Amino acid sequence: MNFSEHLPALQVVVPLLSAPLIVLLRSNGLAWAAATATSLMAFAIAVAITLGVLDGQTFPYSMGGWPAPYGIALGVDSFSAILLLIVSGASSFALLGGRPSLNSQIEAHRQPLFYAAWMLALAGLSGIVVTADAFNIFVFMEISSLASYVLIAGGPDRRALPSVFKYLVMGTIGATFYLIGIGLVYMMTGTLNLADMEVRIQGVADQSPILVAAGFITIGLALKAAVFPLHAWLPNAYTYAPHMVTVFLAACATKVSLYVLLRFDFFVFQQNLAGHAFQFATFLMPLAVLAVVVASAYALFERNLKRLLAFSSVAQIGYILLGASLVSTAGLTASGLHVFNHALAKGTLFLAVACLAMRFSSLHLQDLSGAAKSMPLTMAAFCIAGLSLIGVPGTAGFISKWYLIGAALNEGALGIGLAVIIVLSSLMAVVYIWRVVEAAYFHTPNTSAVNIKEAPRELLIITLLAALANIYFGVNSAVPVALASDAANLLMGHLQ
Amino acid sequence: MEVLGYYNYWVFAVLLMIGFYAVIARSNLIKKLLGLAIFQSAVFLMYITMNKVEGGTAPIIQKGVVDQIFSNPLPQVLILTAIVVGVSTTALGLAIVVRIKETYGSIEEHEIFEADLPK
Amino acid sequence: MSTEKLILGALLAPLIGAVAIGLGAKLSDNVREAATLITALILCAIVWTIVPEVLAGGRPQLTLAEVVPGIEIAFRIEPLGMLFAALASSLWIINSIYSIGYMRGNKEKNQTRFYIFFAVALSATIGIAFSANLFTLFLFYELLTLSTYPLVSHKGDENSVRSARVYLGVLLTTSIGLLLPAIIWTYLVAGTGDFTVGGILAGKLQGPAVGLLLGLFVFGVGKAAVMPVHRWLPAAMVAPTPVSALLHAVAVVKAGVFTVTKVIVYIFGVDFLFAEPSGAWLLYAAAFTVISASVVALRQQNLKRLLAYSTIAQLSYVVMAAAILKPLAEIGAAVHIVAHAFGKITLFFAAGAIYVASKKTEVHQLRGIGHQMPWTMGAFTIGALSMIGVPPTGGFVSKWYILAGAFQADNYVAVATIILSTVLNAAYFLPIIYLAWFAQPKAPQADHGEAPFPAVFALSVTALLTIGFFFFNGPVLELERQIVQGVSP
Repeated sequence: MNFSEHLPALQVVVPLLSAPLIVLLRSNGLAWAAATATSLMAFAIAVAITLGVLDGQTFPYSMGGWPAPYGIALGVDSFSAILLLIVSGASSFALLGGRPSLNSQIEAHRQPLFYAAWMLALAGLSGIVVTADAFNIFVFMEISSLASYVLIAGGPDRRALPSVFKYLVMGTIGATFYLIGIGLVYMMTGTLNLADMEVRIQGVADQSPILVAAGFITIGLALKAAVFPLHAWLPNAYTYAPHMVTVFLAACATKVSLYVLLRFDFFVFQQNLAGHAFQFATFLMPLAVLAVVVASAYALFERNLKRLLAFSSVAQIGYILLGASLVSTAGLTASGLHVFNHALAKGTLFLAVACLAMRFSSLHLQDLSGAAKSMPLTMAAFCIAGLSLIGVPGTAGFISKWYLIGAALNEGALGIGLAVIIVLSSLMAVVYIWRVVEAAYFHTPNTSAVNIKEAPRELLIITLLAALANIYFGVNSAVPVALASDAANLLMGHLQ
Repeated sequence: MEVLGYYNYWVFAVLLMIGFYAVIARSNLIKKLLGLAIFQSAVFLMYITMNKVEGGTAPIIQKGVVDQIFSNPLPQVLILTAIVVGVSTTALGLAIVVRIKETYGSIEEHEIFEADLPK
Repeated sequence: MSTEKLILGALLAPLIGAVAIGLGAKLSDNVREAATLITALILCAIVWTIVPEVLAGGRPQLTLAEVVPGIEIAFRIEPLGMLFAALASSLWIINSIYSIGYMRGNKEKNQTRFYIFFAVALSATIGIAFSANLFTLFLFYELLTLSTYPLVSHKGDENSVRSARVYLGVLLTTSIGLLLPAIIWTYLVAGTGDFTVGGILAGKLQGPAVGLLLGLFVFGVGKAAVMPVHRWLPAAMVAPTPVSALLHAVAVVKAGVFTVTKVIVYIFGVDFLFAEPSGAWLLYAAAFTVISASVVALRQQNLKRLLAYSTIAQLSYVVMAAAILKPLAEIGAAVHIVAHAFGKITLFFAAGAIYVASKKTEVHQLRGIGHQMPWTMGAFTIGALSMIGVPPTGGFVSKWYILAGAFQADNYVAVATIILSTVLNAAYFLPIIYLAWFAQPKAPQADHGEAPFPAVFALSVTALLTIGFFFFNGPVLELERQIVQGVSP
């Protein structure tokens, strides 16, 4: 076995093992350095996997050498590669640049523990993506969720505590629903391996338990993914979390749950449940449309910058779901792309928010008046990412909007309606991003904000780098497009 | 008979609903957590029930015994893991409740909500 | 230097200039303004270097990047774009001279920001002019909108911020809400968005869909200010006058009608659209805009708002000319872009000069001002005569071609519109000229004299150009004849 075959396992094992080591480190600086190094290593592994996937490799892996379906199997394809890239990428960006922000928000004596929890979250999220085993997904999901509860509650804002409690309750209910679902499937098929499940369900005579399982799994994961109207936990949790945690989680956490949802629906159920494509689409498409419209409307009237962006995230999850609910190659390509591009845009936006938070005590729009005068570079990054979120050409966000509208227009009359909604909600995004821009650029600064400097250098550099990535992938989208269209073909390939 | 034969599954469903109800209806955070624990335990019961094979015994291979029917060990292993997850969730939830009590002085949901309203 | 490098140079020169302006401002105001002028000169030189090649029938092109398979950021210079780029870059030099006089004379704040965004806006304009496909055009169209926002809201008081919001709101809403879907639709139907001689939609689309797509394009290009998406233009008049003059009489609005013309000629194809009855509404919409904007202009007291409504009317002249769908009228549309640019920039320069010298903004205040500011009002008169279409001014040439095209198509709606609007133009411009030269001021006026020299110089040059265009329009016509090659007469 050569080294590259171990990559999927290493993707999880490296951060998992680093967590206890980081706890033992006494110095905060060392703990940060170790966490950052681990995260970068995970990112490097993800890049290596992506390159392999682009070459056509699949990385099958059997844990402990036990062959599937008896042992636990891992595997990655182009869809997982997208997720691995954004999970490890978001973590690395947040840790590399985030030290000043974290130092100001996390109590010094808790920092090693905090970084350890971060590593667990990273391991959990990566684990969900690489594993091919239904129960293993549950375990990793709970590892990542428990770690994220800790991370979110780690900040100085007391309102994080009730928010995280709500998240914990709703997250646990979601995970338990998922557990019930796979229990039912296991009862009928006797297997937990996803690929094996797909084959064995065909032989199941009575479909009703499978149908119930599909319902439980869909609802459970929708809860975890904050699909409208199950998004209630998200806005507050993202708003009151430490800023760097928001960067990390907003970029990838909900998308990983969506990834599992799509895997189940397309790999396991689509082919086996009569009319599942139709049920899937008719159930999720209205929710997606509502998410896009209602959450954007909330964002229009929100005054707290972080919560505004959090509501926008709910809307963006709607876009991803909308593409998938078209059940077409073009739609799934758009979804896969939007997973990637939204992670870029939202990650950058929250990084810029973290920069602002270093200097402004409140993130309400009226308190950010004139921020662009004192922090021009930060606001420039914010604007670029905002344009990307809106979907202006030349930025990454445009690419996915383009594919999404194209996919919608393939669907005839319904598609034209959907395209209109996408366009309308993009206009809403223009308005809510514009409100921030107007406050920052065109309002006179508050008297207290006169002596404000730019954000600390490392944070600023990372933020600008992330902003540049938005432009780079807006002009040269070959890699994400290749991954996403390959992923879409894979998902649709199971539909014959 | 058909209905009673699924006795365990009925208990599972009832427990699930009791737990769910407590999570939604109770304002007290500890009671919510208890509801959550019941909710999770219901699922443990479902897994334990499904591994039972009629006439099966504990899956231990003994010398000289052949063609023995075993209960399916896999769900038990799974549920051990799930129990660990459940316990840690409850523990973490309780830890959060403790901190909420420290900072807000209350564990009633509506009081906490009111405490954060802008004055 | 190869032509590809020249294209890139034309795009980058204003951007580099913007940086130079920002750095120069740290040294002194003079360095900053020198940087502006030098950038304008360089840009103009680059653009004019490309002209001979295009006149000779060359179509230089450059592909920067392929964003998504089939969608490229690419540039390709055809005659219409060449004309537009040459016009905008040449007038930028004169406008920069004028800006210096105006901004210093008015002691405006944030002058550095002003010059920087002006340069960025010019880069966007060149990008629009040279774009080879709809996607690239859209990219620079949005850049132009965004980069002109700080110019419109320059004053920073509540009134200008509110107007600037209308400006941005209308332009962004129409472009994202209508133009972008139209572009995506085009790509889906035709498989490409490249500007191609003869159009790309023939045979791919028929029936009412053609009219609908045309509507998405025409109203999506809010910058063309076809009613009812004209609201932003009067709102934009809060900007300093050099902005109104170059951007809202030349670059931005002409980018709008240029886009509409280009879409009609190179996307739909003149012959295809002529054969398709569902596209005929455009002519009536444009004719309606011409007449009603002129009527509104009649009622305006504020000089700049009057000019703004006049611009709306004149822009729809171009759209209407393009919508006649006959070769002579297409030439007329292109010529009118140039003729109106010279005339209207002169009028705005004059309005700004009056404001700098006397702080007067209303029409009724202008009694007898011609005696105090003879150069300014002389230029104003020439500009106004060009708007009406009196020889020997540039406005006459374009009206001639548009009328000829209308007769060629036996389109009497267009003929009647042109005649009626000429009467209306005369009705709102002649009283101003009369007031300025022949009326006596009611109260004794302070002796303010002429505006600063750079301003007077600039407006004299453009007034001369307005007259000059009547006599020397050969190269423009030669360039534009190439557009309509292959179109049935």
